[in-house]
Amino acid sequence: MKGRAKFLIGSAIIVITLVLLAYVGFTQSKTYYHTISELGSLHGTALHQRMRVSGNVRSGSIDRSGGRVDFILEEQGKSLPISYTGRDPLPDTFKDGAQALVEGRLTPDGHFVAEQVQAKCASKYEAAPNQTPGASQPGQTSNGSNAASPGN
Amino acid sequence: MDIFGSFALILALLAAVYGFAAGLAGILTRRTLLTKSALNAGMAVFALVTLAVGSLEYFFFTDNFSMAYVAAHSNRALPAFYKFAALWAGQEGSLLFWSWLLSIYVFATLLVNRNKHPELMPYAGVVMAGVQVFFLILNNFVASPFNVMGGPDASGTLRLASLSDGHGLNPLLQYPEMVIHPPMLYLGYTGFTIPFAFALAALLGRYPGEKWIHITRRWTMIAWCFQSIGILLGAHWAYAVLGWGGYWAWDPVENASLLPWITGTAFLHSVMMQEKRGMMKVWNVWLVFTTFMLCILGTLLTRSGVISSVHAFAQSSIGNWFVGFLGLVFLVCFWAYWMNRDYLRSDNQLDSLVSRESSFLFNNLVLLAACFAVLWGTLFPVISEWVVGSKISVGPPFFNKVNVPIALFLLFLTGVGPLLAWRKTSYDALRRNFAVPVIIAVISGIIAFIFGFREIYSLICLILSVFVTLTIAAEFYRGARVIASRDSVNILAAVGELTMRNTRRYGGYIIHFGMVLVFIGIAGQAFNKDIQMEMSAGETLAIGPYSILCQNFDRVANNNYESERATLEVFRSGRSEMMLYPERRFFLASQVTETMVAVRSSPLRDLYVVYAGRSPESGKPVIHAYLNPLVKWIWFGGIVVVLGTGLALLPNRRAAIVLRPVAEKSWGDAVANEASAIGAIARRSESHD
Repeated sequence: MKGRAKFLIGSAIIVITLVLLAYVGFTQSKTYYHTISELGSLHGTALHQRMRVSGNVRSGSIDRSGGRVDFILEEQGKSLPISYTGRDPLPDTFKDGAQALVEGRLTPDGHFVAEQVQAKCASKYEAAPNQTPGASQPGQTSNGSNAASPGN
Repeated sequence: MDIFGSFALILALLAAVYGFAAGLAGILTRRTLLTKSALNAGMAVFALVTLAVGSLEYFFFTDNFSMAYVAAHSNRALPAFYKFAALWAGQEGSLLFWSWLLSIYVFATLLVNRNKHPELMPYAGVVMAGVQVFFLILNNFVASPFNVMGGPDASGTLRLASLSDGHGLNPLLQYPEMVIHPPMLYLGYTGFTIPFAFALAALLGRYPGEKWIHITRRWTMIAWCFQSIGILLGAHWAYAVLGWGGYWAWDPVENASLLPWITGTAFLHSVMMQEKRGMMKVWNVWLVFTTFMLCILGTLLTRSGVISSVHAFAQSSIGNWFVGFLGLVFLVCFWAYWMNRDYLRSDNQLDSLVSRESSFLFNNLVLLAACFAVLWGTLFPVISEWVVGSKISVGPPFFNKVNVPIALFLLFLTGVGPLLAWRKTSYDALRRNFAVPVIIAVISGIIAFIFGFREIYSLICLILSVFVTLTIAAEFYRGARVIASRDSVNILAAVGELTMRNTRRYGGYIIHFGMVLVFIGIAGQAFNKDIQMEMSAGETLAIGPYSILCQNFDRVANNNYESERATLEVFRSGRSEMMLYPERRFFLASQVTETMVAVRSSPLRDLYVVYAGRSPESGKPVIHAYLNPLVKWIWFGGIVVVLGTGLALLPNRRAAIVLRPVAEKSWGDAVANEASAIGAIARRSESHD
């Protein structure tokens, strides 16, 4: 019985430590998903969180002058001006009309500063009706932290 | 021909349904002939699914672009090697491939065991057939790979269509490793079905004795080995192909492959508690169940679009099928457990904190914690959307914060656990076994610290790696010395003899050593460097001991892709060392651009260079160079793990025939044992360490 009690105490210490570590890791890396229309209704701390927003790149809005890339993301009639400040070159799939997922923070003036941009071509497989789409075209990311493989 | 493949699939489903129904009837009516025919049906499934797979491959090789699946994943110019691999490039084909591998496992299991274990096999056959029925339903009715192109015209009659050329295989998959990585991983995932079937069978049949544990452990080891290979190949592919300088990103799909591996590892350890001490029976059964359910969950995550990962397949309703199946599996498992829980009563209790038992318990505790943390982090977007209404994802810091300490603790247990005695270890024994390794490990830590090794986790990892390696070496030495002096052979021959006499134990040590190498490789990450620079011809970039001179940029083209290539010369202390050619390839069929990384790998460090594209402002080419220390140790460690597992699966060599007591075992078993003993072969396949 004594061994069992000691084991339980040891386990409790381990579990508590891990829970604390998990909490710290969680607060450091949590990222909220928002739609562009939701951004307007955010207030308080929610405005300053790290977030991910997705939409389509408005045609003709990509401006590569001035040492950064500015563009406008659209979704359901709402739009959001984005400045990409990351140092990696943008993926080749990032072009007019592409679906893009940006990660970063909102500035007080309603501008979005993106540290990471992922882009996905409008899927060519969706062109023909009645055709079964296979794996969708994988997105390419500016920092490549996501990969495409044939899944599991 | 398309009809041929579809028919084979339908017949396979019918055979599986028969195997399930007749097997069940055989158990209920106790008619052995019925059971026998059910098991034969299970073997027929293999032949039929093989025909379907052959038929789909035939379409790929004949460029039949009237088949939707072929048109979506192949094209005329695709090399034959990749036409073969295109089988598993998409949803439908990979599910067919899944069913096929499962049918191979079932076939092999039935072939080996059908005339043995008369109390176990009928149940195991039914469970395996049940799983096959599920996947074959998907193959036939939900995601058929044999759909043809075309649709109804104005008058409503079906018009077949055909493309002149296909869309091509995803360029990311056009890499030799991608031809072997998915099969390995799938062999892991599907392989866990067999231990699941035996565990459930033993529970349902209230199988007397622990024989099922041996069968389950063996098949778990096989699946675990494939899963390890699959995960490492995937990591290597990500490293060599994706061009971001790393190999693991805690992507949901990567996590999904890790989860069953973790619970499988936990089972392979805790199963020894059951064999030796009759403890943790409930736990073991649930570990096997959980491993199988995590395999299904992983498939669900990748294929349903529940979790957004660019890894994932197109969003589809197939997820509901997996949710349903998962729910059903859980209910069956729980019911089987609840009805038979008295069968799983533990024989012993934990005696001491410093014992083999408690090291296994801690091992299982932290493995489960790791599994839970990874699962939680992966599912967090879904959970948070349910609970608080907003989708929140967690990133690598979360996973690393939790898993790095767990991994180090496991490394510690790897060194300590195998040397602790069962029940209770005395202080003297502790000192005898550990004093030297601990002292040397601490000294090497101090030396490393003096030489500027300041990263705390890497330092701990180094100390533990030295410690574990020494304890493993000491184990081999101690055993070999006894054999060497008794049989008067040299120490190396004695090591070989020792290993072959108890393959499971010493194979296990080799696996542990392989893991140490993997850990060292991962710890090297703390010293990664990278630099990114716009370069034109004649410019130089400096990283670590290297300086990279950009000679020129050129273009290469063939009928599969057009490529833009940099020619870089690498100097080290003024001397030219090598040429590197990072590329960007534009694939014509799929209209996608991919990076081709140039890596120069040595045991000490990898120089990894990416042609990252052209700068948004200046239009000049951007070169991204990484210096990644010790990465090669990970791949090498992986090979050692695989060899160790292979060794552990070998039968033990015996010096003489030993007739073992057959008490506690079933009658069928006893017969089998006697038969093999009477066979007068001086080797027996059962390993007990």
